[in-house]
Amino acid sequence: MLGGIRRGLVVNAVWVLFAVAAVIPFLDMLVPQEYRIAGLMRPIFIFAILGLGLNIVTGYTGLLNLGIAAFMAIGAYSYAILTCEIYPFRLGFTAALAITIGIGAMAGVVLGLPTIRLRGDYLAIVTLGFGEMVQDSLKNLDNITQGTQGINPLPAPAVFGHTLGMQTILPSYYFFLALVGIVVVFSRNLEHSRVGRSWISIREDEIAATCMGINPVKVKLLAFAMGAALASMSGGLWAAYLGSTGEPGNYDFQISIIALCIVIIGGMGNIGGVLLGAFVMIGFNSILLVKLTTLLQQKGWMNTQNVLTVPGNWKYMIFGLALILAMRFKPEGLLPSRQLKAELHEAADERRSKQGKVRVP
Amino acid sequence: MTNTEVIIQQLIIGLSNGMIIALIALGYTMVYGIIELINFAHGDLFMLGTFLALTILGVLGIDQLPEPAMISWSVLPLFIAVPLFCAGLNWSVDRLAYRPLRSAPRLAPLVSAIGVSFVFVNIGLFWGGVPMDVFSGGVAAAAPKDFPALVSTDNLLGEDSNIFVTWNEVLVFGMTLPMMIALSLLVKFTRLGKAMRAVAQNQMAARLMGVDVDRVIGATFLIGGALAGIASVVYASYNQTIYFQMGFRVGMDAFTAAVLGGIGSLPGAVLGGILIGVVRAASDQYIATEWTNVVVFTILIVVLTFRPSGLLGAHVREKV
Repeated sequence: MLGGIRRGLVVNAVWVLFAVAAVIPFLDMLVPQEYRIAGLMRPIFIFAILGLGLNIVTGYTGLLNLGIAAFMAIGAYSYAILTCEIYPFRLGFTAALAITIGIGAMAGVVLGLPTIRLRGDYLAIVTLGFGEMVQDSLKNLDNITQGTQGINPLPAPAVFGHTLGMQTILPSYYFFLALVGIVVVFSRNLEHSRVGRSWISIREDEIAATCMGINPVKVKLLAFAMGAALASMSGGLWAAYLGSTGEPGNYDFQISIIALCIVIIGGMGNIGGVLLGAFVMIGFNSILLVKLTTLLQQKGWMNTQNVLTVPGNWKYMIFGLALILAMRFKPEGLLPSRQLKAELHEAADERRSKQGKVRVP
Repeated sequence: MTNTEVIIQQLIIGLSNGMIIALIALGYTMVYGIIELINFAHGDLFMLGTFLALTILGVLGIDQLPEPAMISWSVLPLFIAVPLFCAGLNWSVDRLAYRPLRSAPRLAPLVSAIGVSFVFVNIGLFWGGVPMDVFSGGVAAAAPKDFPALVSTDNLLGEDSNIFVTWNEVLVFGMTLPMMIALSLLVKFTRLGKAMRAVAQNQMAARLMGVDVDRVIGATFLIGGALAGIASVVYASYNQTIYFQMGFRVGMDAFTAAVLGGIGSLPGAVLGGILIGVVRAASDQYIATEWTNVVVFTILIVVLTFRPSGLLGAHVREKV
């Protein structure tokens, strides 16, 4: 009974977040210019898609991927090469994004194939290494990727004949929000499909899952491909949003960690949790810190000579403390998936009994 | 320079860098061996060690090569203070961030370690900036800082030799080799080492046999931290540039070395470290510096594809 209610709440969290996101531009109109946030909210949607991609790999399947930013980079560069006029393709937004997603899925398989048999921590280092490799390659292959300049300018995306300029906030705002909605529906359908259940069973107990006739290599590869496809999509959208890929260094380990924070702090394996995670993490990073900096500058309280007074310099301290505290007090995240929460506690009890510690009820 | 000379020179550079990497990798591998945690913060602990070393030098008023130019005794405090600091810090981090999570799922301490690493990076940024400013003048907190060579940079092989061997290389070998040997002896022959191996094998059984598990793990963190401290002084003196984000770079190399050698195996870490150092030097020379990272990770992936538990790692069978 209680479980049912709680599940209802978790499902609703997705729609509550969407409702909040949908009304923010209207609330925005009521406040003065310097407090408006809708223009800064689009990265939240893009990172929500990245988080949902990582959620498939790490949240559902339990494979720790520390190189998700690499797929975002692959997406951004694929999209840029397909649309930028200095290259021969010059595709429209929809076609380019579709191909970008496909390329991402293939890249996921390419990384997955040689590494799929690795155990957790080994996989973590290989994915981390892959992230570095992609970054270095993008930096060094300057005749394809324009090196550290990045590829720009990219044309504004045109959807069904309507051009979405990024300067006019509202159309692109709702467009990105709608894309997040599509990805959420896709993600949920996957989760409740046969494939999704195989992912979760692999996460829970690979050997038992294999005994039940699940092919772990195939299932994990599929998770890698799906996660990479979504990450690639977020990369493509990011490039479209910026009108440029930016330099390769923008897709570094920090991005992978931010994506991981989104999934873990939000609630691993739970879509509502991931959305909330994106809201909190990116909201903090690219809205709160930005607004705070402007505010401090206006008040004249910020001394650029002193590193301690610049809010942006506190970012990693706060991210780091958030991760430590989250693990200490809420390891299942802000909005846990009911199943995972139960399992976390079960696993903890099991480990405790292995270590000879008895939990007093 | 003839070809042979180039090879020998690169080998010397590779071995020296490899030794330092190995020393840091030992810290990763010991912690992993005992509690199966990839201590992400280890590289950043190392970075803080270099910053402390620079601060001490600043306090001592040494900003260039001290005289007499061979090995200056005034740097001795570095080799005491920095390892002590790193050991203490590592132990406290274990106490505050990892110990409460001992019975939590595997992912929890790992994420916590990433968090600690971020906190360290941020401390490094502030350390290079206004409050504890040493040389930077406070404005360029994030800029790389020069570290003075602690020992003479004259060529030991004579003025006209094409191959360069300096006291820096001697310092690297003289500090790291004994450390590695001492560590293996410690793990093999002492009571503490025995307890460590027991905890690594089975925590509960060790506890039943009267081993104070938390204390042994704490000791592991102390030793690992001290090694990182020594490595940081040696590294800074050898490479002479430090910056607040280098923990990630250097830590990656050390981590790769540990995994390559088979994480959890002490000889594996040393082998992996030296291998990475030599591969890096060779790739810098014969391929291109900007592709070196790619080369290193390609080798890692290839090795792991064929030996999923590293070169010297034991194949662990999963328990049902």
